[in-house]
Amino acid sequence: MNSVRNNLASTLTDQEVSEIEAEISHLPDRRSAAIDALKIVQKHRGWISDGSLSAIARLLGMSDEELDGIATFYTLIYRKPVGEKVILCCDSVSCWIMGGDKITNKIKSHLNVELGETTEDSKYTLLPVTCLGDCDHAPAMMVGDELHHDLTESNIEEILK
Amino acid sequence: MSETPLTRNIAPGKPPTDLAAYDANGGYQAVRDTIGKVDPDGVLDIIKDSNLRGRGGAGYPTGMKWSFVPKPRPDEGHRYLVANADEMEPGTFKDRLLMEFDPHQLIEGMILSSYTISADRGYIFIRDEYHTAIKRLNDAIKEAENKNYLGDRILGTDFSFHLHVHVSAGRYICGEETALLNSLEGKRANPRAKPPFPQVSGLWGRPTIVNNVETLCNIPHIVTHGADWYQSLGSGNDAGTKLYGASGRVKKPGCWELPIGTSIREILENHAGGMLDGYELKGLLPGGASTDFLVAEPLDLPMDYESIMQAGSRMGTGTMIILDDKTCPVGMIANLMKFFARESCGFCTPCREGLPWVKQILDGIEAGTGRLGDMDILERQSQFIGAISNTHCAHAPGAIEPLSSGLKYFHEDFIAHIENKTCPYTGGAT
Ligand SMILES: Cc1cc2nc3c(=O)[nH]c(=O)nc-3n(C[C@H](O)[C@H](O)[C@H](O)COP(=O)(O)O)c2cc1C
Ligand code: SF4
Ligand code: FES
Repeated sequence: MNSVRNNLASTLTDQEVSEIEAEISHLPDRRSAAIDALKIVQKHRGWISDGSLSAIARLLGMSDEELDGIATFYTLIYRKPVGEKVILCCDSVSCWIMGGDKITNKIKSHLNVELGETTEDSKYTLLPVTCLGDCDHAPAMMVGDELHHDLTESNIEEILK
Repeated sequence: MSETPLTRNIAPGKPPTDLAAYDANGGYQAVRDTIGKVDPDGVLDIIKDSNLRGRGGAGYPTGMKWSFVPKPRPDEGHRYLVANADEMEPGTFKDRLLMEFDPHQLIEGMILSSYTISADRGYIFIRDEYHTAIKRLNDAIKEAENKNYLGDRILGTDFSFHLHVHVSAGRYICGEETALLNSLEGKRANPRAKPPFPQVSGLWGRPTIVNNVETLCNIPHIVTHGADWYQSLGSGNDAGTKLYGASGRVKKPGCWELPIGTSIREILENHAGGMLDGYELKGLLPGGASTDFLVAEPLDLPMDYESIMQAGSRMGTGTMIILDDKTCPVGMIANLMKFFARESCGFCTPCREGLPWVKQILDGIEAGTGRLGDMDILERQSQFIGAISNTHCAHAPGAIEPLSSGLKYFHEDFIAHIENKTCPYTGGAT
């Protein structure tokens, strides 16, 4: 896990700055890199704290408030801490038809969390997501970067062990 | 066997197509034969004559869309081509296949398209969850750059084109083309007012074309084989092939490239293997979540733009969502409205306030607490939210299509929920 101290730091690391500058280099102005910059910092720190947000805003020449308006618009920018892995559980129509609600309930009881919550050991955060484009293998979910599909109540435990 | 140009390098069990495999099957031949050799207007004429229509949902003729891009003027700034790879329409799973298993086909399509409209910069706007596609596209772009199919002065000509993958940060509305442009500019993804249309004032105010991934993947084949060949692939009024799909309780859910205009019956029975044993077909959404239900006898309809329109729906993305007789239509529509309400960008009132209201009423009916008067509210709201003139973009009118058609076709199901104060379906999703 990324340390809390690093996350609250209101300065960006050299690595973060150079990755953000690389994005800016192919854009007409600095603020156009806002979403890329948020994603870069989130990749290193897990989420975007107020301190991180300010630091990015300064680098891009924006106000904190304007950048926060962008950060909070997008579902995959996390303004609160998340677990080591985020579970994105598809709640769209084809998965619903194929019993997706049962799968979500199974995950909730297995991990003892509700949607939007993080497990006590900080391993997983459970979030709903729009159709993962895997509807012919519904129900589907992502665990971190990995796609899992053809889910059943019994293979959930294996995947999340 | 009919021709399947879009998936000719794709087969179950076959590894993703890298540059060597793509080249070996005639890949980038269209680029070598066209860039610097054929006048861009000549390419535009081929695309216009081919009758290719956009595969992103609205079916707008691609050649006509491109023809609105102004002629380049000396010393002006960049011009852009954007591939819409957001693919978040529930029930849609076609662009992912094309990008994961044949990324060079999209890249070649984008090189030829940008040459035609004189764009020098390109973006692939892709959703974050498509990790595999993102990786393969980035690898393929590097391969193409090394061969100078991309970059400065492509193959020694005056034409330069730089391509970049932009990974989105979530939200369905990013797929709406003007919202997508705002998002690429690093802003909130609220749709823009039109006019000005992106063709004249798009990304950073410059001429911009946004096309769906599948649309762009058609371009190399049309350029190579010509408009007549492309027209001959379709089996009705429309040209080319289409990636069709089916999900829900069918025996073999999947995605298949078929002549455009293939009948729903053939897709469902021959390719999807028919309904699972013990389930009957009750209705279907022909092209993703934001299309009207078709019921009763839609089976012999050809899946083309006009036929599905005449039957009261839209071909949309061509990926069908099947409703079976044991799944509750009210529950299904409630699920769809939950999605559309959540994904509203919040800019205009009918969409921001109307969709959550409708969702709440549907949840009530499904839970057995609905009243007969709710039906009038749903009817009135669907007309109000659905009128394109009332909202700033097509999100809300699209959202309401499955509701208004569902109210018509599944009226008895709604009434049964309200009168019996419970959901009569037990064997389905819930
Ligand atoms: C709410 C909304 C979401 C959309 N999402 C997508 C999408 O994910 N992919 C796509 O290609 N088109 C999407 N579209 C359609 C685009 O606005 C646009 O028409 C399309 O990308 C144009 O490409 P085409 O002419 O090649 O079809 C969406 C439209 C709306 C209103
Ligand atoms: S219709 Fe909905 S999504 Fe479209 S601009 Fe209005 S609020 Fe936003
Ligand atoms: S509806 Fe769940 S993956 Fe498409």
